[in-house]
Amino acid sequence: MKRALCALALGAATAACSQGQARPADSPPAPQSVPRPADPVPATYRPVPAQPPHIRGGTVMTAAGQIIPNGQVLMVDGKIAAVGETVQAPANAVVVDATGKWVTPGVIDTHSHLGVYASPGVQAHSDGNEATGPNTAEVWAEHSLWPQDPGFVRALEGGVTSMQILPGSANLFGGRSVTIKNVPSRTVQGMKFPGAPYGLKMACGENPKRVYGNRGGPSTRMGNVAGYRSAWIRAADYRRRYDDWDRNGRKPGDMPARDLELETLAGVLRGEILVHNHCYRADEMAQMIDIAREFGYRIRSFHHGVEAYKVRDLMARDSIAGSLWADWGGFKMEALDFTRANLAMLHQAGGIAIVHSDDPTGIQKLNQEAAKAVEAGREMGIMVSENDALRWFTANPAWALGIQDKVGTLEPGKQADVVIWSHNPFSVYARADRVYIDGALLFDRFDPSRQPKTDFEVGLFPAEAVR
Amino acid sequence: MNRIFLAAAALCFTAAPASSQAIAIVGGDVYTADGTPIRGGTVVIENGRITAVGANVAIPAGARRIDATGKWVTPGLIESSTTLGITEVSSIDESNDQEIEDVTSRRDTDDQVQAAFTVTEGLNPRSMVVPIVRILGVTTAVTRPSGSLISGQGAMIDLAGNRVEDMTVVSPIGMYASLGENARGTVGGPRAALSMRLREVLEDARAYARNRQSFERGETRDFSVSRLDMEALQPVLAGREPLVVEAHRASDIQLALRIAREYNLRLIITGGTEAWMVAQELAQARVPVLVKVLNNLPGSFESLGATYENAARLRRAGVQVAITSGETWRAYTIRQEAGNAVAYGLPWAEAFRAVTLYPAQIWGVADRYGSLEVGKVGNVVVWSGDPLELLTQVEHVIIRGVEMPLVSRETQLRDRYMNLDENARSYPRP
Repeated sequence: MKRALCALALGAATAACSQGQARPADSPPAPQSVPRPADPVPATYRPVPAQPPHIRGGTVMTAAGQIIPNGQVLMVDGKIAAVGETVQAPANAVVVDATGKWVTPGVIDTHSHLGVYASPGVQAHSDGNEATGPNTAEVWAEHSLWPQDPGFVRALEGGVTSMQILPGSANLFGGRSVTIKNVPSRTVQGMKFPGAPYGLKMACGENPKRVYGNRGGPSTRMGNVAGYRSAWIRAADYRRRYDDWDRNGRKPGDMPARDLELETLAGVLRGEILVHNHCYRADEMAQMIDIAREFGYRIRSFHHGVEAYKVRDLMARDSIAGSLWADWGGFKMEALDFTRANLAMLHQAGGIAIVHSDDPTGIQKLNQEAAKAVEAGREMGIMVSENDALRWFTANPAWALGIQDKVGTLEPGKQADVVIWSHNPFSVYARADRVYIDGALLFDRFDPSRQPKTDFEVGLFPAEAVR
Repeated sequence: MNRIFLAAAALCFTAAPASSQAIAIVGGDVYTADGTPIRGGTVVIENGRITAVGANVAIPAGARRIDATGKWVTPGLIESSTTLGITEVSSIDESNDQEIEDVTSRRDTDDQVQAAFTVTEGLNPRSMVVPIVRILGVTTAVTRPSGSLISGQGAMIDLAGNRVEDMTVVSPIGMYASLGENARGTVGGPRAALSMRLREVLEDARAYARNRQSFERGETRDFSVSRLDMEALQPVLAGREPLVVEAHRASDIQLALRIAREYNLRLIITGGTEAWMVAQELAQARVPVLVKVLNNLPGSFESLGATYENAARLRRAGVQVAITSGETWRAYTIRQEAGNAVAYGLPWAEAFRAVTLYPAQIWGVADRYGSLEVGKVGNVVVWSGDPLELLTQVEHVIIRGVEMPLVSRETQLRDRYMNLDENARSYPRP
């Protein structure tokens, strides 16, 4: 984890990295060669200690190729310890009877605005678009995120254990995303997914030109592209200056002036920050692929990609994931060419298909969204296996967020984010009965003491009103 | 004006396609929505109507047989709150006909009340959206206006036909008003201003009806709304046309109940996020609620009590409930809404009726719609399994006795891109 955080700190000295953590607040700052903390918002999340849960008797779907009827899952110290028909459990294990139920990895959403567009959706909670200029790569979603958004708890009830919180799509560069564990916390730091890389939100098409058309531009798609390219030229220059400084021994007096916007963009050019690109139309996705090639960065995932099916070969070729909806479309010109078969067609072409939400209700039912997309594929003869469709909302989003070695499948060594479902998760009747995060039972549908509530939901009604 | 539309509706109704070939759906499990399912039953549709339903019925000579062995046969689903036919692309103003937004040419006092506005004449039977929805099992929809305190009047349509007259079931089907936060802007804010203005309009319409001749002579006091609006409100005041009120907060629903009682109106609540909190009152007043099931976030201060169990709790209290998606392009997600109602406590048969028989009853068309019964309109869907399950496929859609091709813009684009070769796509072989 520490290494990943250091890597994120652009041009930071190793010494700064170790000193950036766990320094008593009252001691004077230690002298630093670089006046910059390794990680300005360090994650403080620690798994809740729990006795080892030993799930027995359910249909275990690993999302790693196995579907084990009457299988078992053992979690020890917050990690998946064993998965199989039978596992060796320690004496202190807590047996969880999942007979007749289904067991899957926790649900992961690559596209949420929970906390930055929190419920209730009043203007005072509108913290997702810094719509004051078309390039706000300098803003970080975690600086907006309100941990008391009731939507987090609703998502947990839907089996969601991790998600990426993105800035909105008003801007060409919307700012940094943050990936979180869906755990109750007073602070954003207490939700941050330790070691998860940052993302950069970019947006194509109608939104930026609509928002800035009368405010100095861009007002056209070509204006959008000029905006991306100009920024990448500056970012490449910024990166070069820091590389030179690095090569010349990092003399404190020579350190180039910091720039928050370019720090983020240079992080992308270094491959440390993953690009999440809101883009609907096929032709624009092809343009964005060329821009990425021109400046030497990679797009990790297109988001929304209503026309992904038209460029599914290009996306598969470059390993660009498609974070897609099952059936949203028609609401604007760039969404007009939607087809319900989008996910299945990208999947069939060898692409990395992800069902995403961009919605505080949709995030609660990503399993249902996947089911609809599976059905749409069947209508045209594409038969997606349960394992593959499960990966659409577990392993594949984990890959898109750069946390695929930590979560996304039920495999030994991974973090124990696990859902027990009442029915097959592709059934509309399925509900998450139990949700574990890092081996701790954070939601139990049948145990009121395991049903978290946000501060906002406390005392909303007089006690006698809701009897 | 209303009378003309009613006449048109009546006309189109007798004009079901007489030339359509008889269809016999055989061997399926027939879920009629008004009784117990018939295993291996038959449904016969002739001249646009259902002429036989049962386990052992004669199949008319010359009927086209649809083998539904192992399949489910149900009435077409009824979506109670859409803008189908009056919206193409919601962000493109020119393709939207559900709301009067430009009030500059109207008198100041008119901007909150559009009672005379009826969506029907703006309906586009050739909307690209209609096939997208109907190929997934929705055969009938209420298409509704929006905006203002009184938005205007909706229409119930079948999702087939080339003329408005050919698709209209009832027009107008109801008068739409809002006591929700979305209407605040039209009265400058407070809730009590919404109800004050609504009462004023109802009073004016009543006084106008008593003094029509004086009005024509210019001998009445000034009324706060136009003559057309007051005319349009007469069937509502007479209880012939329901007042469909959007209300979410429990107290707003109670306010709607109070006004309906005072003026003896037929009330339908749409939205009703906190309706479960006043379920007893709704049941006593016999006021039905149109519920969007997937609504559990305190998204605004009028919906702090949102819960997925709304439909189940209302039903348990004896309130009649129709389930709606509230969507247009995605109106077919009504089956997902109903499925989730089951997951959150509504018995399956009740959820199924909440998208078939109950909306037909709520909208007053249960003599012709909502179940598979002899004499009813031939709107029938054959499914590969439980229609509320998302992996279930639609196999046949029959509207007014005519089988619809399972093709829409969305499936055609899909098929066009099955092959990525540019030539094959742009110059397909005929």
